[in-house]
Amino acid sequence: MTPEHDRSELPSRPRLWNDPKVRAIVFQVLVSLGVAGFLIYTTYNTLHNMEARGISTGFGFLSRPAGFGIAQTLIEYTEAESTYGRTFVVGLLNTILVSGLGVILATILGFIIGVARLSKNWLIAKLAETYIEIFRNIPLLLQILFWYFAVFLTLPEINDAIQIGASTYLSRRGLYTPSPVFESGFSWTLWSAVAAIVGAVVLIRWAHRRQELTGQRFPAYLVSLALVIGLPTVAFFISGRPLSWEVPERGAFDFSGGFALIPELAALLVALSVYTAAFIAETVRAGILAVSHGQSEAAYALGLRPSWTLRLVVIPQSMRVAIPPLTSQYLNLTKNSTLATAIGYPDLFAVFAGTTLNQTGQAVEVISMTMAVYLTISLLISLFMNWYNTRMALVER
Amino acid sequence: MRTQTFTTAVAALALLVAASTANAGATLDTVKKRGGVQCGVNPGLPGFSAADEKGVWKGIDVDVCRAIAAIVFGDAEKVKYTPLTAKERFTALATGEVDVLSRNATWTQTRDGGMGISFTGVTYYDGQGFLVKNKLGVKSAKKLNGAAVCVLAGTTTELNLADYFRTNKMKFKPVVFDTSDETLKAFEAGRCDVLTSDASQLYSLRLKLAKPDDAVVLPEIISKEPLGPAVRQGDDEWFKIVRWTLFAMINAEELGVNSKNVDEMKNSANPEIKRLLGVEQIKHGLGASDAWAYNVIKQVGNYGEIFERNVGKGSALKIARGLNGLWTSGGIQYAPPIR
Repeated sequence: MTPEHDRSELPSRPRLWNDPKVRAIVFQVLVSLGVAGFLIYTTYNTLHNMEARGISTGFGFLSRPAGFGIAQTLIEYTEAESTYGRTFVVGLLNTILVSGLGVILATILGFIIGVARLSKNWLIAKLAETYIEIFRNIPLLLQILFWYFAVFLTLPEINDAIQIGASTYLSRRGLYTPSPVFESGFSWTLWSAVAAIVGAVVLIRWAHRRQELTGQRFPAYLVSLALVIGLPTVAFFISGRPLSWEVPERGAFDFSGGFALIPELAALLVALSVYTAAFIAETVRAGILAVSHGQSEAAYALGLRPSWTLRLVVIPQSMRVAIPPLTSQYLNLTKNSTLATAIGYPDLFAVFAGTTLNQTGQAVEVISMTMAVYLTISLLISLFMNWYNTRMALVER
Repeated sequence: MRTQTFTTAVAALALLVAASTANAGATLDTVKKRGGVQCGVNPGLPGFSAADEKGVWKGIDVDVCRAIAAIVFGDAEKVKYTPLTAKERFTALATGEVDVLSRNATWTQTRDGGMGISFTGVTYYDGQGFLVKNKLGVKSAKKLNGAAVCVLAGTTTELNLADYFRTNKMKFKPVVFDTSDETLKAFEAGRCDVLTSDASQLYSLRLKLAKPDDAVVLPEIISKEPLGPAVRQGDDEWFKIVRWTLFAMINAEELGVNSKNVDEMKNSANPEIKRLLGVEQIKHGLGASDAWAYNVIKQVGNYGEIFERNVGKGSALKIARGLNGLWTSGGIQYAPPIR
């Protein structure tokens, strides 16, 4: 006979303050109120103190004219009329330029060095290892200063500039090349280039699907290359060659006109790429080593050549392991680009958090804006890489 | 568990209360309690503030700080120096990190007005000039169209440069660095044709070149750069002390009192000297002893001594008094009388 349950033994409903769920909610509310209260209090305190000391507050300074010159501006900028807000945009574009180019160069170089480190050729592997050990262990600032003062500033002086081709000059003031001047009618060429790229992407996808379904190969890459080069060229000639070149001319002191690649940008780009490539090489190597050796053995057994195995079997699988550390390296590169102030490259930090901060004295606003920008850039990079990682992830059962 | 939360709550509240608004008026009390004046200076500008091989700070700006300490403590050595870059100098002063900024800063309206600081006087009347290499063959700043110019970031120099070239319808390419040494290195390496800065800095920077005679300072002075010490605004007591430090040194030179003869000058019959040295008492209201000016002159010197020893005949810079001479000898240094 089953004993009857004794009513008094059942646990009674817990009291309100003993209930774990209620306690959790209450604590969370209290902590959120505490954090919010702390933030509000800090903001109020800062504003009050700044007012008491007579330091101007507010973002009104962004519409005042800046009055100082910037060495490299990717958009229109004049000392007389451009505002502090415009210096912000100029600095931001310079940072994005050097970070973007740096990421691309570092990835390419890092991949090459990483794969070279695993080469069976002893010399190549040792060279790669030396490269990694040297450039990983020297502080980045020293490397930037080295490239700037010991390499790019020892190019020939402006009077002895090396002439490359008809109107390209290399000196320690920079690489001066003719810059294109787009006349009316160039939009045809531009749009046809866009159409060609879209067409190429569609073509390649179609060719891949066709190959998977029927096994027939189609020279999609060659055809799309011809398309991307050919179509805009045809449009260019049809619309009457609407392109002229602004040539750098020698003045009393320096060249004017044309496009100038300043040594500051070159030094920063090279230093950042070389430094980050050393880290990326190790990440790539780790990724490749993480792929089970059985994969390459099976590929060899199937008759695939070593280079094909690497490209088609090993590297796609190694990406899963390599992408999260790669994200960190990209973020590091972006943040390290602030070392531009050491050599006078006008990136966001140097122009906005340096000169503008000093001229206006509004440290809190300027630094918050700068921090927000770097935070946004970093979050965007992480977002993209996380999306890419999810796409690449192994779908396990 | 209950006592833990209670104590943390009390600690947090105590922190909040303690972190409440700081007072903006009692610099003199803070300085006296600390036992030394916290002085913001240039990390290395020969003649104005630079540490020599033994680590002893020397320069005009350094001497101004020592004079302030002589007034407050009677001892010119009770100073601590904080080297500040051009980027952080005003923020460091406005937020209380230093008591006085003696860092060859130019007195301008926007700095006086919107940054929470006040300038107390002019230690050195300077102006902006250009340094070019002799081999360019340029004799005037008006012939610099198209030149690459090295300049310090965040200074009035940057702004004046843009204004000057625009007014004279010339173009230039700015090459902007954070420290004077970098601008000099780039100028020497040929990255830029011209180096622009305050004329006094140009002379001192030129000395650092490998071949100083290869470069020349162009004759044009394109701006007014009155350099002087600055303090936080809202503290009148401290402001007056720093202001009268400079005036005491100028008055001393005007009356012929220097660090060597100050003791015998105490017996002078001249009533102005008697008032200066505190022999005849006046209500100076500076919160210091009657011998405040005496301490300054004895331990630091009068304005002429400070000038000559740091940037004049007694130094490597050899800058002439020029505008910085007394008003009685062709310059414009003039101090209100001590009476």
